[in-house]
Amino acid sequence: MTGAVFAALLSHWWRNPLQLFTLLAGLALATALWSGVQAVNAEARASYDAAAATLGEGQFDQLLVADGGTIPQASYVALRRAGWLISPVVEGRLNGVRIVGLDPLTAPGGLGPVNLDEGAEIGAFLAADGQVFGPQEALDDLGAIGPAKVISPDVAPGTVITDIGVAQRLLGQENQINRLLIAPEQPLVQRPLQEVAPSLRRQPAQGGSDIARLTDSFHLNLTAFGLLSFAVGIFIVNGAIGLAFEQRRPVVRTLRALGVPLTRLIVLMAVELAVMALVAGAIGVMLGYVIASLLLPDVAATLRGLYGADVAGTLQLRPVWWLSGLAIALGGTALAAGGAFWKLARMPLLAGAAPRALAMAAGRRAVLQGVLAVILLIAALLLGITGTGLLAGFVMLGCLLIGAALALPVVLDRALALFQSRASEVRAAWFWADTRQQLPGLSLALMALLLAMAANVGVSTMVSSFRLTFTGFLDQRLASELYVTASNASEAATLQTYLVPKVDAVLPIQSAEARIAGFPTEVFGARDHATYREGWQFLTAADAPWDVVTAGHGILINEQLARRSGLVVGDVVTLLGRDLTVQATYGDYGNPIGQAIINIALFEALYPEITPLRFGLRMDAAAVPDLVTALGNDLGISADQTINQARIKQFSLDVFDRTFTVTTALNVLTLAVAGFAILMSLLTLAAMRVPQLAPAWAMGMTRTQLGRFELVRAVLLAVLTAVAALPLGLALAWALLAVVNVAAFGWKLPMFLFPLDYLRLLIFALVAAGLAALWPAWRLSRTPPSDLLKVFSNER
Amino acid sequence: MNAKILILMVFPGLATAQGFAGLGTEADGFSIPQPDPVFDFPTDHGPHPDYRIEWWYLTANLQDPDGMPYGLQWTLFRSALAPEDGVGWTAPQVWMGHAAVTTPDAHYVTERLARGGIGQAGVTADPFAAWIDDWQLAGTMDAARMTASGPDFAYDMDLTATGPLIFHGDGGYSVKSASGQASYYYSQPFYEVAGTLILPGGEVEVTGSAWLDREWSSQPLAEDQTGWDWFSLSFADGNKMMGFLLRQADGSAYSSATWIDAESTTAYADGAFAAVPLDWAKVAGRDVPISWQVTLPDRGVDVTVTAIYNDAWMDTSVPYWEGPVTVTGSHKGQGYLEMTGYE
Repeated sequence: MTGAVFAALLSHWWRNPLQLFTLLAGLALATALWSGVQAVNAEARASYDAAAATLGEGQFDQLLVADGGTIPQASYVALRRAGWLISPVVEGRLNGVRIVGLDPLTAPGGLGPVNLDEGAEIGAFLAADGQVFGPQEALDDLGAIGPAKVISPDVAPGTVITDIGVAQRLLGQENQINRLLIAPEQPLVQRPLQEVAPSLRRQPAQGGSDIARLTDSFHLNLTAFGLLSFAVGIFIVNGAIGLAFEQRRPVVRTLRALGVPLTRLIVLMAVELAVMALVAGAIGVMLGYVIASLLLPDVAATLRGLYGADVAGTLQLRPVWWLSGLAIALGGTALAAGGAFWKLARMPLLAGAAPRALAMAAGRRAVLQGVLAVILLIAALLLGITGTGLLAGFVMLGCLLIGAALALPVVLDRALALFQSRASEVRAAWFWADTRQQLPGLSLALMALLLAMAANVGVSTMVSSFRLTFTGFLDQRLASELYVTASNASEAATLQTYLVPKVDAVLPIQSAEARIAGFPTEVFGARDHATYREGWQFLTAADAPWDVVTAGHGILINEQLARRSGLVVGDVVTLLGRDLTVQATYGDYGNPIGQAIINIALFEALYPEITPLRFGLRMDAAAVPDLVTALGNDLGISADQTINQARIKQFSLDVFDRTFTVTTALNVLTLAVAGFAILMSLLTLAAMRVPQLAPAWAMGMTRTQLGRFELVRAVLLAVLTAVAALPLGLALAWALLAVVNVAAFGWKLPMFLFPLDYLRLLIFALVAAGLAALWPAWRLSRTPPSDLLKVFSNER
Repeated sequence: MNAKILILMVFPGLATAQGFAGLGTEADGFSIPQPDPVFDFPTDHGPHPDYRIEWWYLTANLQDPDGMPYGLQWTLFRSALAPEDGVGWTAPQVWMGHAAVTTPDAHYVTERLARGGIGQAGVTADPFAAWIDDWQLAGTMDAARMTASGPDFAYDMDLTATGPLIFHGDGGYSVKSASGQASYYYSQPFYEVAGTLILPGGEVEVTGSAWLDREWSSQPLAEDQTGWDWFSLSFADGNKMMGFLLRQADGSAYSSATWIDAESTTAYADGAFAAVPLDWAKVAGRDVPISWQVTLPDRGVDVTVTAIYNDAWMDTSVPYWEGPVTVTGSHKGQGYLEMTGYE
């Protein structure tokens, strides 16, 4: 019996292949967008992990030779024998590939991403010619070498990992080590470092959190985008499933009348949907892979330039995507079908024969939807005002989006009613009335469009605001044309003497750990200079902040410290017994901890033991390369001790441009999905609308006119939806920037508006809607008159 | 056999994959212990790189001035990837050190790993020194200083031998299975110890006795052996006993024992010595016996051996249980217990 029932249920799809296609395509697109974005994120994160694990930088304190030279291997052994748990690292380049040699037995992070269970054999790794592990390209670039090559895709791009002995041989630096990683946990008893290896300098762990936090922000934004795209797709699926269930009511009734138990029917339909979800999910994951591989090079460039995070430009199809992609497809289908199943389960045995298709006269439902929408929007508003924390932020986003989507049909209906009441001409009145009547059938598609538009407005605003803020921040923070770091105090002194006659200004950068209002804070001493006076933008400030700071009575604090401590401009804080008035707060994007700025003279008085080693140089930007060369020749300061600001800034800007490419691509994709939803809805409605159009045709309207009306109607609804989407998108951007970002990262990004971008989006949306309506309208204008006539002869 | 650890599995990640059967693998060009050994001292106190595995394994039962018992372990393992020595990173010798201190309510353990060939770890026979990083056991076989340090404990001990070396099995040729796997195995069970423990609660002066095991082999376990239980017991009457069970996959066990008294040393072949678990405890997520009935009927030994601290788990690359025990029953005393292969 089961087979027969199944065949009966499936017959619906044979008769309505378009519906089947809508369902599968909607689900596949939703999955594709979601998994594509996830894939990009996962790939980027895998790359950071690989890089972090490979380099061991940031994670561990290190011992280095002050002049950047190598460490004799004997020093390593001496330190180990003095109780220091350290691990040697040999690094260098061969044929452009970075070779990292580690000792697997002592490395605090092990061999990083290299898994000795997979393809590696410890005997081969340690002994004789050894093995090198790396991504395919890096291994290829290495050329012919003695050690065996083992593909290890999780190793950072352009890098190979091997045993330290192998690395020493490959790089020709036997018995020499580049740096020593200090394990976080050290034994109770050890001899002082100064006594064992006085020439080594301890470099604290870089914390890595700056990059992680900044990139987290970027990823969070991408994830939000992915989620919204998925929501758009789920609306399509929900529509398709709802329609299919409505249309199958007679079949269900007949089957039940023949004695098939309801539970079995429900189970069979659930199985049917699950299979479809899996098929669509699989297609979606593959599509997502394509999307991700198109996006990734741009995302990789963005992250590399913006945060210095190296991400491989190529994508690997990771098993976890398949699982998560299929899971999200199943979950989404369940979500979309939940309501339909609920209705099915509650349906009286013999009801449902009426071919209602979509709930065309769902007056009560509309009211219910409206009430729900109002509740959700009020909840979002309350959360926006009172809520704190990441969860509240996301719940608020959810309430806002769902509430707005549910409110859309009501709002559109009201707007159309308004137009209708203004219409005097009969055809116009008919047009508005007909549009209103069509609204319930189109409302799901329009909701999808609303969400897509809102997502686009929101994300564009966010990314653009981010760009403006961040470039401003770079201008402020990287005001100096060149940055130089000395390796010790005497080099710093030589450097200052050397530089003063050559540049406009030498701005020492020095900091000390302190506690301000009980919070750990990095205090900087700043020289009074136009660079600061003119370059810094404050979030809040007293009248003449720099004057008071220069006088030694004021302090500037970053936003993170202000938020955590509740300090505002005018408050007095105590620093080592000095009372200082907070003069301003400034944005400090990406910094996890508190920061404060005081005058350099005060700093020197409070922290006499600190000698500045870093200097910002104000100078003619064009002279920077020459100075870098001169520093190398005259003082032996290597190029990696200098940072050329112009290069960084240009790089960042290039990167933002790529970010826009990514954003635009995602915009176009989500709009395409929404356009698809409109197309499908119109096609579905077309057959049902014949009885409504036939009278208009009979009264003298031509089919071409009817078709043209159809097109105009779609564009008009899109315009109205877009108008509603703009404030929603702005609210979304505000929520992301001011609530979610603050909760997640502790700083608020100022929001800017970009009307031209919105206009462009509007045009995109109209084009999408117009294209979607084109074919249905054309079909309508070609409806054979006999079909229209049939309406009157009761033959349809 | 103080045997212990499967140094072949020095490498994290391989340990579980290879399992205890790893020790039973082929000797691959390594030398194999032969009966009737003739030892050459002090040379044989040093390493034997042509054998796959080797250890310098010391356990001590200590007391502070208040009579509070402590256990102490200092172990250096050598594992060879190939039967040769060498200089530099390519030397196929790997070293692993384990150190632990056990009190009645805590167990401190730490581990070190090092490559041979670069001086970070090794053993020299004359003058005797065994070291890995800052840990060392150095001096002579009769008087040595022993140090180790971990993140939460350290110790510094002086050892003085008050008796001769003891050779297990047939003159130091110790058979480990019915199919003939064997090792070279001798001990110095007569150390007197005095020194300082540094524990989270502060420094503790301790005295007591220690037992050093020296063992080397290339394939000490048969393929069907799953682990072992090893006892070194010092009785109040001055006699000592070493006994071990090698557990086999079918539930049976291969046993061996050595009885040490003032006059002589007697080796017992399979079956003479028996040990039966009396009580089990959940340790590190697995069931481990923490109380045993140990018998050697030929010497009238029928004792209960009980762990001083149940959680003496060596949470090292290759985990096992190792801790001090008290002995009650026909004989009173103390000692050390090691158990491996409990999953």
